[in-house]
Amino acid sequence: MSYVGLYRVGVIVSYRRELRDPEGETIRRDLLQRAGYDRVREVRAGKYLDLLVEAESVEEAVRYVKEMCSKLRIYNPVVHSLEVLALG
Amino acid sequence: MVRVAVVKFPGTNCDEDVVRAFRELELDVEAKVVWYKDFRSAKWDAVVIPGGFSYGDWLRAGAIAARTKVLDEVREGVSRGLPVLGICNGFQVLVEAELLPGALLPNESGMFTCRWVRTVVERPRGPWLSLVPDRSRLDMPVAHAEGRYYVDEVTYSEISLKCPHLRYERGWNPNGSTYDIAGVGSENGSVLGLMPHPERAVGVLTPRGFNPGGELILRSIALSLRKGW
Repeated sequence: MSYVGLYRVGVIVSYRRELRDPEGETIRRDLLQRAGYDRVREVRAGKYLDLLVEAESVEEAVRYVKEMCSKLRIYNPVVHSLEVLALG
Repeated sequence: MVRVAVVKFPGTNCDEDVVRAFRELELDVEAKVVWYKDFRSAKWDAVVIPGGFSYGDWLRAGAIAARTKVLDEVREGVSRGLPVLGICNGFQVLVEAELLPGALLPNESGMFTCRWVRTVVERPRGPWLSLVPDRSRLDMPVAHAEGRYYVDEVTYSEISLKCPHLRYERGWNPNGSTYDIAGVGSENGSVLGLMPHPERAVGVLTPRGFNPGGELILRSIALSLRKGW
């Protein structure tokens, strides 16, 4: 099977809002606030994957990546939220 | 002699400690380190997934090891009642493989935490806790960055009513775990995962003021494998 093109897809894994995120809290408290950037009210850290995917269309690439993410548990639905972005 | 496989992934580093602990207690158990690619569940009477940093904790602690074929073998063994113990990173692997409920998040302190803690065992059941009386105190060291156990309320009430589990004694929670949970077992107790290290809580390694909490767990599995549970 051959695919029409290559598409870039971004995957963002972050902790669900109701869970504390010590990394984000530390970045805000010990870096941003110390340097005076006190208008930043919240920082949430996460993991970002940048994928290059063979697919027929950008929509198909996104579907493929979404399926992969849940099958391989790239994110853990117990604690994470997942965002899959079409980057072109 | 009963045989216990200690499965080693790339990045596992507590495998030899587990083997040494069995040897030091003279338990009549043949514990052997098995490289993950060579592991076949049918050859063993029990499995330990030891601590360390499988796959460098990349993606998430335990996430990559949980998707290897070893875990298919382990899952097949579990369906036959094969006893499985996950220690620290091994617990993270079992949770990521969905053999145990919940998830293990980065410690609330944001730091790697390495110290002795007191735990209390509740609803002990199954091969790993057969010698452990209900509500007894087991002291062991923890050493982890991602040990904050998380479950939703519904799953938690199921665990607390039905499953063997360990809690950090009040004031000893090192990571912000919900409900102070240090370890969780399957309903029949044949699968058990915990963040503290039983293999480091044996004999002379135990500091003053603590009990060697790992000994009862290792003695339990040795006896269970010979006499049933």
